[in-house]
Amino acid sequence: MEIALVVGFPLVGAALLALTGAQRRAPELNVAISLATLLAVAALVVRVIRDGPISAFDEQFFIDPFNVFLVALTALVGFTTAVFSRPYMRIEAAHGRLTERRLRLYHSMYQLFMAAMLVALTTNNLGFLWVAMEAATLSTVLLVSLYRTRASIEAAWKYFILCGVGIALALFGTILLYVAAEGQLGGNGMSALLWTHLDAAKGQLEPTVIGLAFVFLLVGYGTKVGLAPLHNWLPDAHAEGPTPVSAVLSGLLLNVALYAVLRCKIIADGALHSDLPGRMLMGFGLLSVVWATFFLWRQRDIKRLFAYSSIEHMGIMTFAFGMGGPVASFAGLLHMTVHSLTKSAIFFAAGHAAQTAGTQRMDGIRGLLATHPSVGWGLMLGTLAILGMPPFGVFTSEYLVLTTAMRDHPWATPILLVSLAVAFAAIFGRVQPMVFGETQAPALPHPPSLLPVFVHLGLVLALGISIPAALSEWYRLAAHLFVR
Amino acid sequence: MPAPTFSAQVLQTLAGALLLISFAMLAERRSRHLVTLLIWQGAVLVTSTLLVAATAHLPHLFFSAVLTLVLKVGVLPWILLRLMRRLGIERDNEPLVNVPTLMLVGLGLVIFAFGLAQPVTALATTVIRQTLGIALAVILLALLMILARRKAFTQVIGFLALENGLFFAAPTTTYGMPMVVELGIALDVLVGVFIFGVFFFHIREQFDSLDLHHLESLKED
Repeated sequence: MEIALVVGFPLVGAALLALTGAQRRAPELNVAISLATLLAVAALVVRVIRDGPISAFDEQFFIDPFNVFLVALTALVGFTTAVFSRPYMRIEAAHGRLTERRLRLYHSMYQLFMAAMLVALTTNNLGFLWVAMEAATLSTVLLVSLYRTRASIEAAWKYFILCGVGIALALFGTILLYVAAEGQLGGNGMSALLWTHLDAAKGQLEPTVIGLAFVFLLVGYGTKVGLAPLHNWLPDAHAEGPTPVSAVLSGLLLNVALYAVLRCKIIADGALHSDLPGRMLMGFGLLSVVWATFFLWRQRDIKRLFAYSSIEHMGIMTFAFGMGGPVASFAGLLHMTVHSLTKSAIFFAAGHAAQTAGTQRMDGIRGLLATHPSVGWGLMLGTLAILGMPPFGVFTSEYLVLTTAMRDHPWATPILLVSLAVAFAAIFGRVQPMVFGETQAPALPHPPSLLPVFVHLGLVLALGISIPAALSEWYRLAAHLFVR
Repeated sequence: MPAPTFSAQVLQTLAGALLLISFAMLAERRSRHLVTLLIWQGAVLVTSTLLVAATAHLPHLFFSAVLTLVLKVGVLPWILLRLMRRLGIERDNEPLVNVPTLMLVGLGLVIFAFGLAQPVTALATTVIRQTLGIALAVILLALLMILARRKAFTQVIGFLALENGLFFAAPTTTYGMPMVVELGIALDVLVGVFIFGVFFFHIREQFDSLDLHHLESLKED
């Protein structure tokens, strides 16, 4: 029943906010709904810790060690982003960039987006997974174009067409998977689309069909992960949409898309009797890392800079899962968690920094420590965390990825190390003058809410020092799924 | 291989018709005619789904056929035609360069699609699965159309043609996805087209045209 609550709260909330949204208390209502979702997820997590994996609604929905921590992460970041967006969107409205009606659309679509992601994570049915991923795209398209400027409409159009085509290819992959499975699991009924059933029967599935299906699924969902060379939509959508949307896109949606790819990879691995899926993930991952670091140097816009950093980190995760094995998969799962927390924290701070300066151009943002010390420190610490400085959690996961690469695929190590070093120089060199330096920028009309930033960074720090027993047990069990 | 039954032959003829319509769309300049071609594609989809439903005695495919009829022949073209009227682009011509090259690339894609589907069709237990290559070809041709077009409206039609390829693949290769999943997919498609409609107005409001040349200021730098 907890699953019904987890998905139900944001769904009902979306309807409620769409109907009553024009009122002054909509931001608070948005926070309350997100809090309710978070509490429902907490109840779910408690039950999973006590009773182990659960499945519900005739096996259509399930929670196993792989998705339980992602559900918790999604609800947590969803809640903190709602807290952050309350003052942020008020400031945007005060600056005259948004009207009441747009805010209503924003709040309603925000909850719908959360619902879509939670369905995608908890469903056991690969058909529903597709439907939920598409719903997540549809609900964010109008959020990216919320400001209705030329650039934002262009970004949203690109996002819509690219991800729409990508996700259509993923549907073709899903159909092919169904073709392969119905012979084994019986075509009549839902069994042939249920992931747990496919996983149990993966050894007997027809390898040629599954191989073709996986290519389509990887390219399709990979477009949403932002893997190069299909990443074109990502920097535009992050830079032109409102900051809370950039935070949930980067922190949550990319993870959910990667989760979809990985669920398919587990089945493909079992059916193919070869290393092909892993090699493909490694190739796409490494290409994304290298491509993103090159483009990091050329960025002028603060949100585009960190959007490219997201591509780089999704590349690192994809590479880690491509290597496979218990250690690399553990590192990949940990990296999913810490990247999500860190990157959303950075977007919170970067959003307020851009509001203070009145521009997203980095050469216009100066002296954050002088005007808003909390924004400055948030941005600085977040940057250090994402660049993999110890003792933050990103360091742990990147260290594990690198050592596994050294052992299993030594040729990839120099590429990764050089990319990480180049990314460090590019990002740190840009952030340092923004945080320090002189400025005459006026203070913001509403006090910014920086609590979420420090909560996230605190969690990342804690994960870097020690991982709680329950979480590391989930990581270990989930990583076991990737061992062929 | 035994001689294909009559219904299988009809189905393959329908698949061929779908492919021909895809080529026609690739070369069509008038937006109004593109919508007509899209309706024809929908009609072929409905017929083939009905045929599979009748020969395989699968009642849930009849629902699927009705769903396709309502969505692809009824609601979507109606929305598109209404949008065209309100945007005043009914008589729009889109200049296309190099139609012969486009056709040649299209032919190459069809051969590629058949090659890609070959290992799957080689295992086919039903005659039906042999249409997979054509479904894939329709999808790739629609992708080519999206890439070749510069107007927002025609790109959306390409997108819908792509989805037609998927709607053809599902019933003819697998006897249809489960009903609930199909309903979900149909809902997503419908909402997607509504959002496209909203977008047309936003684009025109900001750029005074639906020409995507204006939408090229965000570059990768």
